[in-house]
Amino acid sequence: MIVPFDILILIFLVVAAVISLCVKDLLAATMVFGAYGFLICLLWATMGAVDVAFTEATVGAGVSTVLFVATILNTRRKSTD
Amino acid sequence: MTSSFHDWIVPHFNAWVYVIIMMTGLWAVIAKNNLIKKLIGLSLFQTSILLLYVSLGVKEGAGIPIIDHEAAALAMSGSDDALNPDRFANPLPHVLMLTAIVVGVATLGVALALCQTIYRDFGTLEEDEVLEQMKTLHDDV
Amino acid sequence: MNAKLSATFAVVFTGAVLLYAVSDFPDFGDPRSPANHGVSGGAPSASVYYIKNAYHDTSVPNLVTAILADYRGYDTLFETVVIFTAGMAIFAILRVLRRDDSGIPAAPDPAIDGDHHRIVVGVTCRIAVPLVQIFALYVVAHGHHSPGGGFQGGVMLGASFILIALSTSLRHALGRLSETSFIRLACLGILIYAGFAFLPLVVGRNFLDYGALRALFGTDGEEMARSHGIFVVEIGIALTVTSVMFAIFANLSSRGRLHGGL
Repeated sequence: MIVPFDILILIFLVVAAVISLCVKDLLAATMVFGAYGFLICLLWATMGAVDVAFTEATVGAGVSTVLFVATILNTRRKSTD
Repeated sequence: MTSSFHDWIVPHFNAWVYVIIMMTGLWAVIAKNNLIKKLIGLSLFQTSILLLYVSLGVKEGAGIPIIDHEAAALAMSGSDDALNPDRFANPLPHVLMLTAIVVGVATLGVALALCQTIYRDFGTLEEDEVLEQMKTLHDDV
Repeated sequence: MNAKLSATFAVVFTGAVLLYAVSDFPDFGDPRSPANHGVSGGAPSASVYYIKNAYHDTSVPNLVTAILADYRGYDTLFETVVIFTAGMAIFAILRVLRRDDSGIPAAPDPAIDGDHHRIVVGVTCRIAVPLVQIFALYVVAHGHHSPGGGFQGGVMLGASFILIALSTSLRHALGRLSETSFIRLACLGILIYAGFAFLPLVVGRNFLDYGALRALFGTDGEEMARSHGIFVVEIGIALTVTSVMFAIFANLSSRGRLHGGL
């Protein structure tokens, strides 16, 4: 049952990557990017890389999203493309 | 068609997805106009490489790379089979990628700091507007 | 538009080359692939040695921690230095040391003005932060036996200070961990790691060879000395990572002024 779960996450991963690049609102793009980080964390957990999944859960889904938000709120939220 | 699909794509389905994500990130770095979007593209590029490395260490039927107490006790009593490499996932890519993730977020912070400096000096994060202003500045001098 | 078209062309071409090369990869999850097992007829992969010997050498059941802090100690030492350098680079780029607050009005301090919209968030985070910090310390200390270690625990500890800054104000968070103290802690982390790596040189052994410190730790065998050495090193990593994560957030959220905040 692991393999279909794997493929499902990989498809979600591509969808999240494309959405985070297409959304014009940078705050929304950052949130989708946080979801992308969490999907990667799930993928690594299925691969048995628990330490890497743990790091990605704290870094990718947590801290890097906060850093993006801090910059966007100090600059401009709208993007032209 | 079906046979080539099975022979070519199915065994490497995950690698195909990593290449797609990597190329999405590369496209964003080249073609996107907003600097924050470029940074998101760079992060996508980075994660695709991390995914590739970790996926190289996966073994069919192996567990996580932590020795359970039972196997540890067997290994200390001299059993050679308790630490059979087929039972544990390859820990080496995990180590390399774990540090790369944390270094990645620190360098992302540097990039975001540069973005804030650009916004302070030019009042925009759009690449074409920044280039336009730099050109007029250069012409004035 | 022209740039986008040429970018698409370049990306499709590169992607096609990479996809062609991917067909030469070993199958996903193959235990006999070169990375997992070694080339047939050649030497076995380094990971085979690590799996077979890491527990005997260090008595650390978590192979990732054992390799991270012992076999690949040099690598981790300089990765930590890279993180430290990134934190200092952000200070160099963004930090404003002048005291003129022209243009940007200082954000009202909710601790003084009583921002009623933040009561639920503030109280929840006040309960959550100590739990996060205790769990982060557990992650640092229990990295030998479970997933975790200096990097993960350090990021979590830094995130708990970021949570204080987000739920109350940056000034409040800086009251808990001031600028001078987090810079000192970042330096102290590197000092602990590098200084501890130098200690074996005193007794005539190699750099980072913690097994030589058996007398210092008072353990029976060298493998337990290595286990304790890994713990000391993880504490150094955690200190640096914690302070650099909080330093990055504090500078980014306040545009280098370290007051006001989001």
